[in-house]
Amino acid sequence: MALDKTALRRVALLARIRVEEGELEALAGELSQILAWVEELNEVETEGVAPMASPAVSRLPLREDKVTDGDCREAMLLNAPKTTRGFFVVPKVVE
Amino acid sequence: MSSLTALTLAEARAGLERKEFSARELTEAFLAAMAKARPLNLFITETPERALQMAQACDERRRRGAPLPLDGIPIAVKDLFCTKGILTTAASRILEGFTPSYESTVTEKLWQSGAVLLGKTNCDEFAMGSSTTTSHFGPTLSAWRRAGDNRPLVAGGSSGGSAAAIAAHAALGAIGTDTGGSIRQPASFCGVVGIKPSYGRCSRWGVVAFASSLDHPGPLAKTVRDAAILLSAMAGHDPKDSTSAPLPVADFEAALTGEIKGLKIGIPAEYRVPDMPAEIDALWQSGIAWLSEAGAEAVEISLPMTRYALPAYYIIAPAEASSNLARYDGVRFGLRVEGGSVDEMYELTRAAGFGAEVRRRVLIGTYVLSAGYYEAYYLKAQRVRALVARDFAKAFEKVDLILTPTAPSPAFAVGEKSDDPIAMYLNDVFTVTADLAGLPAISVPAGLSAEGLPLGLQLIGRAFAEETVFRAAEVLEAAAGFHHAPAFLASGEP
Amino acid sequence: MIEGRTGSFEIVIGLEVHAQVISRAKLFSGAATRFGAEPNTEVSPIDAAFPGMLPVLNKFCVEQAVKTGLALEAEINLESVFERKNYFYPDLPPGYQISQYQNPIVGGGRIILDMPDGSSRAIRITRLHLEQDAGKSLHDQDPRLTFVDLNRAGVALMEIVSEPDLRSAEEVGIYLRKLRAILRALGTSNGNMEEGSMRCDANVSVRRPGAALGTRTEIKNVNSIRFLMQAVDYEARRQIEVVEDGGRVLQETRLFDSARGTTRPMRSKEEAHDYRYFPDPDLVPLVLDREWVEELKRSLPELPDAKKARFVKNYGLSSSDAAFLAGDGASAAYFEATAQGREAKTAANWVMVELLGALNRKGLGIAGSPVSAESLGRLIDLVSEGTISGRIAKEVFAEMIETGADPGSIVKEKGLFQVSDAGVIEEAVDAVLRRETDKVAQYRSGREKLFGYFVGQVMRATEGRANPALVNELLRKKLAG
Repeated sequence: MALDKTALRRVALLARIRVEEGELEALAGELSQILAWVEELNEVETEGVAPMASPAVSRLPLREDKVTDGDCREAMLLNAPKTTRGFFVVPKVVE
Repeated sequence: MSSLTALTLAEARAGLERKEFSARELTEAFLAAMAKARPLNLFITETPERALQMAQACDERRRRGAPLPLDGIPIAVKDLFCTKGILTTAASRILEGFTPSYESTVTEKLWQSGAVLLGKTNCDEFAMGSSTTTSHFGPTLSAWRRAGDNRPLVAGGSSGGSAAAIAAHAALGAIGTDTGGSIRQPASFCGVVGIKPSYGRCSRWGVVAFASSLDHPGPLAKTVRDAAILLSAMAGHDPKDSTSAPLPVADFEAALTGEIKGLKIGIPAEYRVPDMPAEIDALWQSGIAWLSEAGAEAVEISLPMTRYALPAYYIIAPAEASSNLARYDGVRFGLRVEGGSVDEMYELTRAAGFGAEVRRRVLIGTYVLSAGYYEAYYLKAQRVRALVARDFAKAFEKVDLILTPTAPSPAFAVGEKSDDPIAMYLNDVFTVTADLAGLPAISVPAGLSAEGLPLGLQLIGRAFAEETVFRAAEVLEAAAGFHHAPAFLASGEP
Repeated sequence: MIEGRTGSFEIVIGLEVHAQVISRAKLFSGAATRFGAEPNTEVSPIDAAFPGMLPVLNKFCVEQAVKTGLALEAEINLESVFERKNYFYPDLPPGYQISQYQNPIVGGGRIILDMPDGSSRAIRITRLHLEQDAGKSLHDQDPRLTFVDLNRAGVALMEIVSEPDLRSAEEVGIYLRKLRAILRALGTSNGNMEEGSMRCDANVSVRRPGAALGTRTEIKNVNSIRFLMQAVDYEARRQIEVVEDGGRVLQETRLFDSARGTTRPMRSKEEAHDYRYFPDPDLVPLVLDREWVEELKRSLPELPDAKKARFVKNYGLSSSDAAFLAGDGASAAYFEATAQGREAKTAANWVMVELLGALNRKGLGIAGSPVSAESLGRLIDLVSEGTISGRIAKEVFAEMIETGADPGSIVKEKGLFQVSDAGVIEEAVDAVLRRETDKVAQYRSGREKLFGYFVGQVMRATEGRANPALVNELLRKKLAG
């Protein structure tokens, strides 16, 4: 399935990556090529095959309900581009 | 001291034990080699002070008579592993200036074993690539050149810095990650050994995630023995990684008995792809002959899903990546480009922070998971993944190992495949199957191409049968007798 | 049913409740869950989604969800899957919420509503699943900036989804109170909407009786049961108006404005949402042992429905009184302590009417009651022993609720003992009849209603202390005479 400019705009919005208007055409073409290539999978009969999400072998491990982490605000904020009074700070969000 | 960097890890370990040289001397030799190799752009961050401190501690332990298994062994770490207090970038602009407050489980285990950190190696951005040319910090160049051609070649990728550093004798061993072939393909390109262990063998905790169900940390080294020594130190169950295998880890070095009589080696017909150079096929045939001469039995097998593995991978890996990379939003760490609204900040930050290949994959991944496409792409790919794994399971009912070429070509020149993403993706055609199925697979340097470039052969084993993989790989290595030196070293060891 | 201008409409409501799970540590990290800590002090690198961080599931949170599922008489899914719900928001550090989508840990169940008329009605539960809470965004600290506190990020939530079985704002209130009672009885959630440990979104639509389901809107941002009832009512009337004006209800998310009592559409871009759920590759499916689930089932405490049934059976309470008392663990325990060895209906009345009424006026909960169950019990005993009259008992109780004093002491101190000396009462009766000759005449000529008046006068003359039975007996005899 080819990805057109409109679809690409929507995907870029979902992914929160700004794609400039001038780039849309070329990028849509590139991604469409990749999609056309992966669509080779349609040749494979997969009726009744359970999807494989992971090769992991263990049962999901469960941990005890103990406080073993946290209380490290300085480390949490150390790399943040902008903080105030112990908070992370972002441009105002309008709901 | 010039020969110190030419030692294998096992030789250096023996020299340290015999006190022929100190950890400090060994480390200094490698720091000098690193400085000389800077034109290859192997490291994003060199950590000479940390290295010397660690080496000093190793020497002190040895003086006290209580050395650790890897005491004094200088290694390079792919810049995908978080290292406490040391810049960690995943070769991306978006992690500009990021210094973790924690240490990855794998590197922590290595330091607990006495290894010495030389620096953080270059790689493809977020490990997305097969050439180490998508790095924000510029491409890593291979130590190798084509005969009679001085154009710089890629080191392969994504763990290209790690592989090239070993080839350039700028590290005694290195660690990387393999998601679609990112340890084995650069190992093949650079003439070194690289193993991707079974999924769950090495903890992913503290490793910058690309595709969680496919990311495998593993070692690269000069020899199979060196790789076995490193993997023994890196592997093990980690309660902090829910996908870590709760299995005991063997001493992989002890598995190197040289004895492979009676092992059945599967030769999959489907790996003979149409455009494969004849020399690679010929090397493959040599590999079959070497193993047969050592007493193994070659068996024709069929892995019919092989050609669909790569397209399946290019749905699953980007899908997981699109979600794993959502955390790079300019709020808590890394790059931030201010915007008028929070969404604008996200969009500008991520547009500026991600390179072209990462952007491509995040967009593809977002698309294949989005409403209306999930079933057709993502679930379809997961079903094909199940079939790929089923192929292997069936084959391993008959054989103990599978022998294939590692990559369909030797290293290519920088810039050669960069305008055609799919041509670049095809580099992983032989390696990606083991990632999808989570199986251990090793690349061993086995010969040179007509142009004088290294070519690797790959051995794939049953899940958690790393010992068998190592044992046969060592036999293969010995038979191949690969002792060629790259152009960079021929121009004079430091 | 709501009457519009053009006939009646039925309201159809489904609820999505998010209840914070009581646990020491977070769902996937070892950071603490304490309420009210300094910003970003209860955050681990996992909660802040630092590179390379991985989730490990908290066993106790799983236990809490399974217990809640069992209490809702729901199917427990022995295999469930954690998926990622992908969206960008500053207080959602990884850019996805780990939740359950296709395969939740708990499947279909039900909640029984105890209606005010004593009847009951079952509301179907679609599912219950475990997920992570987000952090908190503070929008009111700066005109241009939003501040982000991640203390709450990663705390375990149970999302409990009902079928669209509710038909009125009143039922919404009963449902939420009942659910809260169950959660509290289990100790799996505080269920406190005001503190945000329980949050509720309502899907509301209207239709003509018998018609197909109408387009629904989702109401968010409501932080009390009362407000939610108000919001549902407002929204239903708004939709009816839209329909009656020939318009179409838009499927949208609306926020409740508690100051105005209205709902308004959310301003953020809805069309930008496509959650792209997929199984979290950092986790494998959660598999539970049947035996473990059975063990949890055996260890469940008595739940409100069972308690109600027991109150009806063992104490002879009416269905609605039993439901009322059983609906709150503290009230139920208080009632049972009070009723110990006493007439249960009397105890129930004292607890429900006098005690809860007085506490309510004082803004206190039962835990903060100045009158203990033992003390209230002794007061009831004083009445049943005939030491004081019921009327005096109310006076004594009023004193108890103010001072917390023992009823016996109050009675002794104020000399409030009931007068059962027939001679003393006869004197008072005679005095009243002598004074009220007109009314006596009226009574004797047939205005028998005046009897109560005479009783009142005698009681007043004895400061309420006269034994009412004796007063009645003497009055009747003398008025007849």
